[in-house]
Amino acid sequence: MTKTFLRLLAVLVVIASAGAARAADRVITLASTTSTEQSGLFGYLLPIFSRDTGITVHVVAVGTGQALQIGSRGDADALLVHDRTGEEKFVADGFGIDRRDVMHNDFVLVGPSADPARIRNGSDPVAAMARIAAVEAPFASRGDDSGTHRMELRLWQIAGVHPVSGAGWYRSLGSGMGPTLNTAAAMEAYTLTDRATWANFKNRGSLVILVQGGERLLNPYSTILVNPARFPTVKAAEAKIWHDWLTSPHGQAVIAQYKIGGEQLFFPDYVKQR
Amino acid sequence: MTDLIAAFHLAVSLILHVDRGLLEIVVLSLVVSLTAVAAASVIGLPLGAAVALGSFRGRQLVVLLLNSAMGLPPVVVGLLLYLLLSRSGPLGPFGLLFTPTAMVIAQTLLVLPIVAALARQVIETLWEEYAEQLRSLGCSRHRAVPTLLWDARYSLATVVLAGFGRAIAEVGAVIIVGGNIGGFTRTMTTAIVLETSRGDLPLALAFGIVLILLATVVNGASLCITHLTRGGIG
Repeated sequence: MTKTFLRLLAVLVVIASAGAARAADRVITLASTTSTEQSGLFGYLLPIFSRDTGITVHVVAVGTGQALQIGSRGDADALLVHDRTGEEKFVADGFGIDRRDVMHNDFVLVGPSADPARIRNGSDPVAAMARIAAVEAPFASRGDDSGTHRMELRLWQIAGVHPVSGAGWYRSLGSGMGPTLNTAAAMEAYTLTDRATWANFKNRGSLVILVQGGERLLNPYSTILVNPARFPTVKAAEAKIWHDWLTSPHGQAVIAQYKIGGEQLFFPDYVKQR
Repeated sequence: MTDLIAAFHLAVSLILHVDRGLLEIVVLSLVVSLTAVAAASVIGLPLGAAVALGSFRGRQLVVLLLNSAMGLPPVVVGLLLYLLLSRSGPLGPFGLLFTPTAMVIAQTLLVLPIVAALARQVIETLWEEYAEQLRSLGCSRHRAVPTLLWDARYSLATVVLAGFGRAIAEVGAVIIVGGNIGGFTRTMTTAIVLETSRGDLPLALAFGIVLILLATVVNGASLCITHLTRGGIG
């Protein structure tokens, strides 16, 4: 019995280490956001990158706040995130280098089609959110220090509203974009979401897009390399290849090609800068 | 209701047309959880027996700690392990974060208290029953350990299965130390979390159904082995 057991254990160890060995050659870890993962962009883009370069990208998809945290501990080789303020601080603190604008998409304000705050067809999120606060219609907040959450807080600030989460109309969920949309659909609440996650989201209930298109709703993403001078274990060479590929004319074209239902979800930015 | 029906349909078609993605996830889930349970059993069963038969100062405290550790929240274990395995943590040089190995370690830590604490109870009860008999045969406490472990093997198999149940169903720890990387550290439970966050509730539930079936198969296999060996030994 012990013998069979040990044999089984040996087989399992072999399988596990074979998996690890296969993964050991030319792999980088990318800390990124749930929106890029859940939009399906990585599923489209990473196989093309791997074919071009032979490098596998392991994506850890978390909120931007947590992605920056992972990077600041040296646990990722590169970052693809969306929070300009947080990114600049990350670089200024010496955790990252060579921040580049990669692409943008935009945020949309979604809510129940009954629209109790009457914000439909608007393009100014600040005015719309002020109205939501005025009539105290339910609003679901990410509340997780993600890029989307930080954007939402900036919009409240401009609107001069200081929402407090509790049993009232403003509900801080502390969840990712998808779970927040699930909850918003269930309690017929308004919420801010990026267009890519929305386009890929299936459980919409009565939620529809109510406010979109305004200048303030732009959602820019950047690529940042984790500083190899600070973290010697970082796979600097491979990460640089990824970083350069993403901002190359080819990589930028691949980003522009990604569509769901004929709709382009991300708009390349780096080519324009030069 | 339509979601539930859709989930069952999807689960059936997932199983019938085994696709590569699902197979990878299932295999990784099994490899991680079975390895963790094996490691936890190798350490936990003798540990439980030692605590059951031992008479040392602070024994009650050890029993209390073991029993309480059965309720360890997976997220907390994941978080502690994350800080340990992080490049900036004490075990950073091994580069284990976001690998299947990290997930095995996390689940071993979660399963170990369950195996040790339950084994302790099983062995202690057995020892109370047979202590005199074993002593009269000149068997010391120390020497009694293998005998008792062997004698309690069917109860201990259930203990190990309880540990397996914990491991295969757990998501909080593996998602933190594994990172839910597609094709590398994605398990059944982290895939369920991902599909739920995509709002694809029928697919998430279908994964759940496959997971329950998987657990049933493992438990069924162990039941069969028990029956066969019982029959064989007579």
